[in-house]
Amino acid sequence: MTTSATAPPRGAGESAPSFGTGPRLRRRLAGLGLLLAVLAACAALSIAVGSRSIAPADVWSSLVAPDGDESSTIVHALRLPRTLLGAVVGVALGVAGVLMQSHTRNPIADPSLLGVAYGAACAVVLSIFLLGLTDVSTYVWFAIGGALAASVAVFAVASGGSRGPTPVTLLLAGAAMSAMLSAVTSAVVLLDESSLEVYRFWRIGSLSGRPEGVTAQVLPFVAAGLVLALAGSRGMNALALGDDVAASLGHRVRLVRASGVAAIALLAGGAVAAAGPIGFVGLVAPHAARAVTGPDHRWLVPYAALCGAALVLAADVAGRVVRGSGEVEAGIVLAVLGGPFFVALARRRRLIEL
Amino acid sequence: MSAPASPRTSPSPHADPGAALNRPVAHIGPAAWTWRPRTALVCLAVAALLAAAFLRALAAFDTADVGLADAAAVLLGGGDPGQRFIVLELRMPRAATGALVGAALGLSGAILQSLARNPLASPDTLGIGWGAAIGAVTVIVFGGSAGGVSGIAAQFGVPAGAIVGGLAATAAVFGLSWRSGVHSNRLLLVGVAVSLTCANLVYWIMTWTDLQSAARAQTWVTGSLHAADWDRAGAAAVALAAVIPLTLGVGRALGALGLGDDAARGLGVRVDAARLVLLLLSALLVCVATSAAGPINFVALAAPQIAMRLCRCAQPPLFTATLMGAALTLVADQLAAGLFAPLQLPVGVFTAVLGAPYLMYLIVLRHREARL
Repeated sequence: MTTSATAPPRGAGESAPSFGTGPRLRRRLAGLGLLLAVLAACAALSIAVGSRSIAPADVWSSLVAPDGDESSTIVHALRLPRTLLGAVVGVALGVAGVLMQSHTRNPIADPSLLGVAYGAACAVVLSIFLLGLTDVSTYVWFAIGGALAASVAVFAVASGGSRGPTPVTLLLAGAAMSAMLSAVTSAVVLLDESSLEVYRFWRIGSLSGRPEGVTAQVLPFVAAGLVLALAGSRGMNALALGDDVAASLGHRVRLVRASGVAAIALLAGGAVAAAGPIGFVGLVAPHAARAVTGPDHRWLVPYAALCGAALVLAADVAGRVVRGSGEVEAGIVLAVLGGPFFVALARRRRLIEL
Repeated sequence: MSAPASPRTSPSPHADPGAALNRPVAHIGPAAWTWRPRTALVCLAVAALLAAAFLRALAAFDTADVGLADAAAVLLGGGDPGQRFIVLELRMPRAATGALVGAALGLSGAILQSLARNPLASPDTLGIGWGAAIGAVTVIVFGGSAGGVSGIAAQFGVPAGAIVGGLAATAAVFGLSWRSGVHSNRLLLVGVAVSLTCANLVYWIMTWTDLQSAARAQTWVTGSLHAADWDRAGAAAVALAAVIPLTLGVGRALGALGLGDDAARGLGVRVDAARLVLLLLSALLVCVATSAAGPINFVALAAPQIAMRLCRCAQPPLFTATLMGAALTLVADQLAAGLFAPLQLPVGVFTAVLGAPYLMYLIVLRHREARL
C-alpha cells in the first residue's frame, strides 16, 4: 500500500500515522475490548445453545476434553463448525459492507442490497447446473467471479455522473441487478428440480446444513480480502477527502479502488459461497462500528469485522431459541431485523437529500 | 433522450392545449379530448402489434399443426374441431392472460410514474409484487399441504392471497415513507427495503414445504403464463374489466396533478382524494395482474416509458401504456417460450433480463439530467 513519507495533517491535532491521541485511543481500544467480549459471549452461546440442551458444564468438558460421547460429538461435529462458519461469514460481510459504503460514499451500500451477493449466487447456481460442480472449493471461484462482475457493473451504472452515485440511484441499480440475476437463477433452478431442492435452502442464508469443511474452504479467500481491506484502510481515509486530494497526498487512487473492489469480491463471494446471501449484515455492522470509531478506516475495518461476526452469531442463536422445535435461519432473523433498520436509515432527512 | 416537456405536447386535457394550437377537441359530456395525431398513430401501431402477437400466440406454441391462417379461421368461427380445441382451450387462455396482465401492468406503471413524477417509482421498485408473492406463496404452501382444499385454494386462495399481500405491502411502503408528506426518494428507498424483506420471507416460507409445492411456488414467484387456463384468465378478466375503465377515467386527473397541486385545485380537482384513489387503483391493478401470473417484472416500468417516448408526451399516456404493456408481455412470452426451445423459460425471466438493463439505463439518464 502506498504510504506518503510526510504525514498529511488530518484535522484537529491528529496526524496520519498515529492511531489517535490519548483519550480517544483509550476509548477506541476499550471499545475493541468490549466488542471482543461480546463476540466471545455470542460464540459461547452459539456453542452452548441448541435444539438438544446440554448443561454448560458438559459443554465445557466436551469442548476441552472430547470423550466421544453424544454431547461431545454434537459440540465438535455440529456446533463448533457452525460457530466458526458464522464468525467467518460475519467478518466477511461486515468488512465488505464497510468497503462498499466508503468506495461508493453511500450509507446504504451492502453486498446483498447492491446485487453483489446475487452475482455470486447466480454464478454458483450456473456453475452447479452447467458444469456439475459440487464442491465448495471449486465453486467459490465462481462465487468470487460473480461478485466481482456484479459489483463492477453496479458501480459503473450508478456512478455515471461526476458527483458519484446518490443513495437512490445506487440502490435502484442494485435492485435491478438483483432482479435480473435472481431471474436467471430462477430459470436454472426451475429447469433442474434437484438444484431447486438445494437452492431454496441455500437462498435464505443459513449456517446450518452446510457441507463439512466449508469454513476451511472459504477461509483463505476471506482472509485475503481482510488483508487487502486492512492494507487499504489508509488509502480509503484519503479517498474520503476526494480523489484529487487523495492523489495529491500521494495515494494511487486507481490502485486503492481496484484493491477495494477485489477485496469486496473476495469477502462477499466467500461469504455467499459458504452461507448463501445473508442480507443486512454489511449494512448494520459498519453503521454500528462507525458510531464508535468515527470515519477512520484503520479502526472501522476491525470494528465492523467484529460487529459483523457478533451480529451473525447472535442472529443464529436467536433463530435457534425463538422457535422451540425447529429453528429460524440466521438470514431470516437478519432480514426481519435489518428491514426496519434500513427503513429508519432511509427516513433520515440528511440521507435522502444527498 | 431529450427533455420531453415541450409546451406543444403538454398532455393535460384540462389545460386544453389543443384549443390554443387549433387542434380539434372532442367533447362527450363534461369530458374532452384533444386530437393528437401522433398519439393516435402510435396507438394504432401498438394495437396492430398486439393483434399480431396475439394471433401468433394462438398459432405457434408447442406444436406446429395450427398455422396463422387456421388460427384466424378458428377465431372467426371456422376450423376443424381439433384445431378449435388447441386454439380455444389450450392457447387462448395463455394469450388472453398475457394480454390482460400486461395491460394492467402497463396502466398501473403509467399511473404510479405520473403520480411520483419519476419513472423509477414503478410497482417493481416499490415492492408490491413481492408483497403479493408472500400472500400467494403462503396459500400455495399451506393450501397444497392441506390436501382436499388445494383445488379451491388454487382457484380463489392464490389470487386472494396475492391481492391482500400486495395491498398490505403498498400500505406499508407508503406508511413507512410518510414524514409530513411522501418524498419520492424516501419512497424508493423504503420500497426497496420492504421488497427485500418480503423476498426473504417468501423464500423462507418456501423452505417449509415439500419439493413439489416449492417448485410451484418458485414458478409462481418467477412470473409465468404456463399454468394459465380459462378459470384464471376469466377471473383476471372480470377483475380487470371493472378496474381498468375506472382507472382510465379517474386517470384523467393526472394531467391536472402534473401541473402542480395548486393549479390542479384551481382546475377543480380534489387533489388528495384523487391521488389516494389513483394510488389504490394502481396497486389493485398490480395485485390482480400478479395474482394471475406471478410478478412479471419490469413491464410496468418499461411500457409507460416506451409509450411516453413514442408519443412524445410529458407524462406516460395511460391508454397507450395499457396497449403497450399487453403487447410487450405477449411478445416477451413468445420469445421466452421460443428462443431456447424445447426449453420453455417463464416470461418473468425474460422481462427481467431485458428490463433490468433498461432500468439501469433510466438511472444513468436521470443522473445526467440531474447534473444539468
